[in-house]
Amino acid sequence: MSNAPYALELRGLCKQFGKTEIIRSVDLCVKPGERVAIIGPNGAGKSTLFNLISGRFAPSSGEVLLHGARIDGHKPYEINRRGLSRSFQVSNLFTRLSVFENIRCAVLWAMGYRYAFWKFLADLDDANERTDEVLEMIKLDKKRDVLATNLTYAEQRALEIGVTIAGGSSVILLDEPTAGMSRSETSRFVQLIRDVTVGKTLLTVEHDMGVVFGLADKIAVLVYGEVIAFDLPDAVRANERVQEAYLGSVVAESQAAGVHV
Amino acid sequence: MQHTSSFHFKPYNVGRWLVWGIFALVLVLAPLVWTSGLSQIMLTQMGIGIIACLAYNLLLGQGGMLSFGHAVYSGLGGFLAIHTLNLATSGALPIPVSLVPLVGGVAGMSFAILLGYVSTKKAGTPFAMITLGIGELIWSMSLMLPEFFGGEGGISSNRVIGPPVMGISFGPQIQVYYLIAIYCFICTAAMFALTRTPLGRMLNAVRDNPERVAFIGYDTHWVRFMAFVISGFFAGIAGGLGAINTEIVTAEVVGAARSGAYLLFTFLGGATFFFGPIIGAVLMVVALVLLSELTKAWLLYMGLVFLFMVMYAPGGFASLIMMNLRVAAFGKLRQLWTAYLALAGTALTALLGASVMIEMLYDLQLSATLGSHLAFMGVSLDTKGVDSWFGAGFVILTGVLLFELSRRSFKQQWDGVQEEIEKDIKRRETL
Amino acid sequence: MDQILINVLNGLSSGLLLFMLSSGLTLIFSMMGVLNFAHASFYMLGAYVAYSLVGVLGFWPALVLAPVVVGLLGAGFERVALRRVHKFGHVPELLITFGLTYVILEVVQLIWGRTNVPFTPPPELQGSAFTFIQHPLQGLSIVLGRAPEALCAQALCSNFPITRVFMMGMALLMLLALWLMLTRTRIGMVIQAALTHPEMAEALGHNVPRVLMLVFGSGCALAALAGVIGGFTFVTEPSMAVVVGPIIFVVVVVGGIGSLAGAFVGSILIGLLQTLPLALDGSLASLLTSLGFSVGPQTFLYPILRLRLPEVAPILPYLLMVLILIFRPKGLLGTRED
Repeated sequence: MSNAPYALELRGLCKQFGKTEIIRSVDLCVKPGERVAIIGPNGAGKSTLFNLISGRFAPSSGEVLLHGARIDGHKPYEINRRGLSRSFQVSNLFTRLSVFENIRCAVLWAMGYRYAFWKFLADLDDANERTDEVLEMIKLDKKRDVLATNLTYAEQRALEIGVTIAGGSSVILLDEPTAGMSRSETSRFVQLIRDVTVGKTLLTVEHDMGVVFGLADKIAVLVYGEVIAFDLPDAVRANERVQEAYLGSVVAESQAAGVHV
Repeated sequence: MQHTSSFHFKPYNVGRWLVWGIFALVLVLAPLVWTSGLSQIMLTQMGIGIIACLAYNLLLGQGGMLSFGHAVYSGLGGFLAIHTLNLATSGALPIPVSLVPLVGGVAGMSFAILLGYVSTKKAGTPFAMITLGIGELIWSMSLMLPEFFGGEGGISSNRVIGPPVMGISFGPQIQVYYLIAIYCFICTAAMFALTRTPLGRMLNAVRDNPERVAFIGYDTHWVRFMAFVISGFFAGIAGGLGAINTEIVTAEVVGAARSGAYLLFTFLGGATFFFGPIIGAVLMVVALVLLSELTKAWLLYMGLVFLFMVMYAPGGFASLIMMNLRVAAFGKLRQLWTAYLALAGTALTALLGASVMIEMLYDLQLSATLGSHLAFMGVSLDTKGVDSWFGAGFVILTGVLLFELSRRSFKQQWDGVQEEIEKDIKRRETL
Repeated sequence: MDQILINVLNGLSSGLLLFMLSSGLTLIFSMMGVLNFAHASFYMLGAYVAYSLVGVLGFWPALVLAPVVVGLLGAGFERVALRRVHKFGHVPELLITFGLTYVILEVVQLIWGRTNVPFTPPPELQGSAFTFIQHPLQGLSIVLGRAPEALCAQALCSNFPITRVFMMGMALLMLLALWLMLTRTRIGMVIQAALTHPEMAEALGHNVPRVLMLVFGSGCALAALAGVIGGFTFVTEPSMAVVVGPIIFVVVVVGGIGSLAGAFVGSILIGLLQTLPLALDGSLASLLTSLGFSVGPQTFLYPILRLRLPEVAPILPYLLMVLILIFRPKGLLGTRED
């Protein structure tokens, strides 16, 4: 692990598709162990940002640094091997494998088994134990032999997170982890996220403000591809530009005039 | 849950030993049960086919890669094997005949390494087309290089080299069969073992969701490439065994027809289960040897069965067996027997009408001078008469219509049974 | 020189025929994501159906009707079989069209026999369009129709048949019609919309399944039209499909999957690649010999060196395909990474 001051750093990151600029010069510095929530109106470019960081797309310009080393333009598997994992907004699982197998696959590279065809999976004690650990953490240990495609929606989201953290990456990106969940499921899920990301650097895209304020150390606000605020939750809440972006200028003015909204 | 890192108790998997034991027993006893010359030839070919189809399914069923050029690797393995046999016969290369298939395997593997990196760059449809193109490339080259491919006549050799060792000369067919049976068992076991290794599992992951695989640290291209090479190795072994069996290798072993046959029958057998290709290989030999004698239209029938399978049973015969075993395990198979009967009856009717028409058509083509009466299953049909044609057409139409009706009714009943099974499972979970 | 010109023209006309085929394939692939493995089979079917119709209706009605008949058959297949398989993914779609090739081949052999049938061009299209004359003294000249016998005794004459001109004309006409339809008509816009956003197009009231059936049927009809022309220009036999099938795929891969312009460029390129080498008689051995090296049966790799260009011609398209796949996997003009 390098002694870089930031776990994840974005410098002047830009992305355009054809003539359309989606991400315009984003700068962000995330310290190790910080929990950052990325919020913003729809279409702001939050998923694109994750795609740029995790290597799904290459940036048009700018840099992404993971623990001080450049990862922009690298392939997703290279970035993952350096310690960054991401989850997907739409569960991206191995549909015909069981819950146990899904997690075990996520564990194999991190444990160094690579492309081995001379060892049996059943004999890989450390991988199997780690898999059991993760299953317990995401509370799916009773469903270990169920095929991923047969799980309920919330179970799939839990498995999605499990696959993301199983490899032990130090930087975790969660893309709308609680999307589509009910109130009770969400609060349980938030606790789950807190438990599994102890000691890790977490970036999460979220729409649910309750989750954001409950989970995040800092909040980054992304509007039209730019970060207009990156600060502690209360500071962001009071930020005029943020209020304007979300609620419109009327509210900002009335707040300034002292009228309580 | 207690962590058992210091003490391991792995229960003896009786079921697995039983299955493999039965498999080995069948391989050993088959030629003693079916003793005719034709049976022994067919059994030998089945043994070779099993290896080839299992190797193919490594790509198709395990890796989700549809290849139209599998015969390239089995065929090139065969060619190198037969050249090796010739070298062994002339004394230039003292290699025992029983190891010649391994030469085929190494050849298949080498060509897979050479051509595989480019082939596996893409997946899905582009991969299929690349394999098609490379298959045609090799096929076209086979006509250009008679030194290696032997031109029209191919390359022939003799598998009996020198004096017999411990009574084994590989002259009689039965000795060849047992050589192939040994290779078949070992190769099947090896490919099964592969499915239980990290590479095997990651191959399945690549099949299910190649994008996600990249995000958990694996290079999908490399996983596919390694699977491709391993598949080429086993295909080469099959080719080498074929060379020993027939003692001649011609250019058609690398041709599109053979690649197509591998695809057709592996799919029919069932790509989603490990044993599916074994069923497919048996079907392949039966169809190529027996069915082709029975009717000239056998490939048409196979094609129609294939179409039907893709539409209604994409998991092949293996999946049909497993689905019905599952229903039987829940004790619900008896409910469906009338539906199955209706299905079989109507299908047979349609088939009857179709085969009458097909045989009449062939008869018209071929025996134009011999008169217009065709004997079909004891009934004399007038191929020039309109009523025979109308009759056949009517039978086909009725059969097809009734089949569609019975199929819908069957589906209803089947779905009902599946629901009951789901309820059963839920009930058992709560216990 | 005349030989080379004829070869170039032959290459261009073959290329345009390939384009008629590959454009239908590209359309079906672009619109439906299905690679129609049986495309060459519909080509063959077009030739045979036209052959049968010519006896009944005469040539020109058959030329129009045969593609319609085959198009209807294709649409029927889409409705009954292909549609059911859409939900399983692209691999099963490819598999079902693969199975269809067997069925079509066997049915064709069943109805029309296993040898070739005498499908000949009508009297209007027989004969030579123009002839190149390479005279030892007067140089190169061109003459409409056939050149006089006496002249050809002294000079080298190469004629270019009318059927080939007809082929080129039809292909260019078809290209124009396709382009107009896709960019200028309402149905073309619907097709383009259904290409990228099928659910949205359906939500707007367009019957997407019907559009898909129409597209598949049209693709098959185009293949059949190519088949009619190819049938009387070349030989109509059961192996037609197997001979031309893989080449179309090479065209599509080289030109770029999903690109109509790429299909055009690829077709012309492959057409030329198949015919130009036939005019040149060199080999690597002769090249090396002319450079001063001595090459004989003992030389390393002699079996490859001694291959003459006309012998090697069949593999050149496939070699090109492999090279494209290594150095430019998207194809020459491709846009999709599918």
